[in-house]
Amino acid sequence: MSAEAHAHPTGPSLVDRRLPPVTEIGAASMIAIAGGVIYLAAYLPKHAPIWFAIVMLAIAAGLQLTNAILLSRVPDFAWSRFFEVGRWGLLAYAVIAGMIEFAFVYDHTRGAQLVVMTLMLALFMLNVPVLIAFTVARYQATSSL
Amino acid sequence: MAVATQAAVAPAAMSERPKVVIVPIKGLPIVGVVLLGVIAAISTNSRWGLMFCHVVGGGLWTGIDLFVGFIVGPIIGRMSIPARIEFSTRFMPKMLLIMPTVVTMTLAAGFQTARLSGFLDTSAPRHAWVVASFGVVGVMAVIALAYLEPANVAVLFELRKPQPDGRVIEKLMRRFIYTAGITGVMQVATLIIMTRLAS
Repeated sequence: MSAEAHAHPTGPSLVDRRLPPVTEIGAASMIAIAGGVIYLAAYLPKHAPIWFAIVMLAIAAGLQLTNAILLSRVPDFAWSRFFEVGRWGLLAYAVIAGMIEFAFVYDHTRGAQLVVMTLMLALFMLNVPVLIAFTVARYQATSSL
Repeated sequence: MAVATQAAVAPAAMSERPKVVIVPIKGLPIVGVVLLGVIAAISTNSRWGLMFCHVVGGGLWTGIDLFVGFIVGPIIGRMSIPARIEFSTRFMPKMLLIMPTVVTMTLAAGFQTARLSGFLDTSAPRHAWVVASFGVVGVMAVIALAYLEPANVAVLFELRKPQPDGRVIEKLMRRFIYTAGITGVMQVATLIIMTRLAS
């Protein structure tokens, strides 16, 4: 049995463990993605001025990069559980993102608008599994906890 | 004090709890059929198909959110930890399949319906209501995907442990109840917007 499989309900609770604000940063990234997608979608089928969506995309990407760095520095994290949940989450959200992408391509969204939309969908597809996997893994005990 | 008591009570109930399933595999073919139906409606530009998917999906989404947010959520909040565990073990896996499917069905079909009906055109008289609905969906998406769904999955993983931590379940369930309440309120806004669009 792996070290992660052992829970310690009688010892200090994992609720008390201090971790970086991954969920909050991920939510902020999601707000930026939603803002960019809504902005572009509000103009469809016409082309919106693209600069605002690019700014939102850059903010969302920056926040997710920050999350990745913060997560990589967490000591004694249940990584195997994180990746197990993250993999399945990624599969599920790849299907959802794929359907949304299909709808945009089918609606003749082209050029820079499609590129920005696709990149935003890619960020969305990566962000949600990270948030689910982080929330699960933070309550999994490791050998030193 | 109440939390500590409940946390202590929880292990006693563990031996009797049902087997925890994260994703009900039997439901996946139904999800597949629904998503294929949505793709078929989009690719054939079937107005009835799109409207069917949007109305059925939207009705379920709104109804479930309102029911869970305002009826089931407060009831769960007053349950003992063992009762919450029993309820969550049976309820959460089903929600994990139903909600993403219903939401995808509603949004994909709704967007295409808006496009075919001309509501997406910026010059359409009711375009502002469509954009408002995007905003409401955006808020719900952030709450549901960043807070509600992760809490839902994490509760199930906690319940699979030989001795789940009552405080972890308490915290995650509180998050579930609050976020379900917020999405319930947002659904009231959705009802106002959609009835404005349709009238």
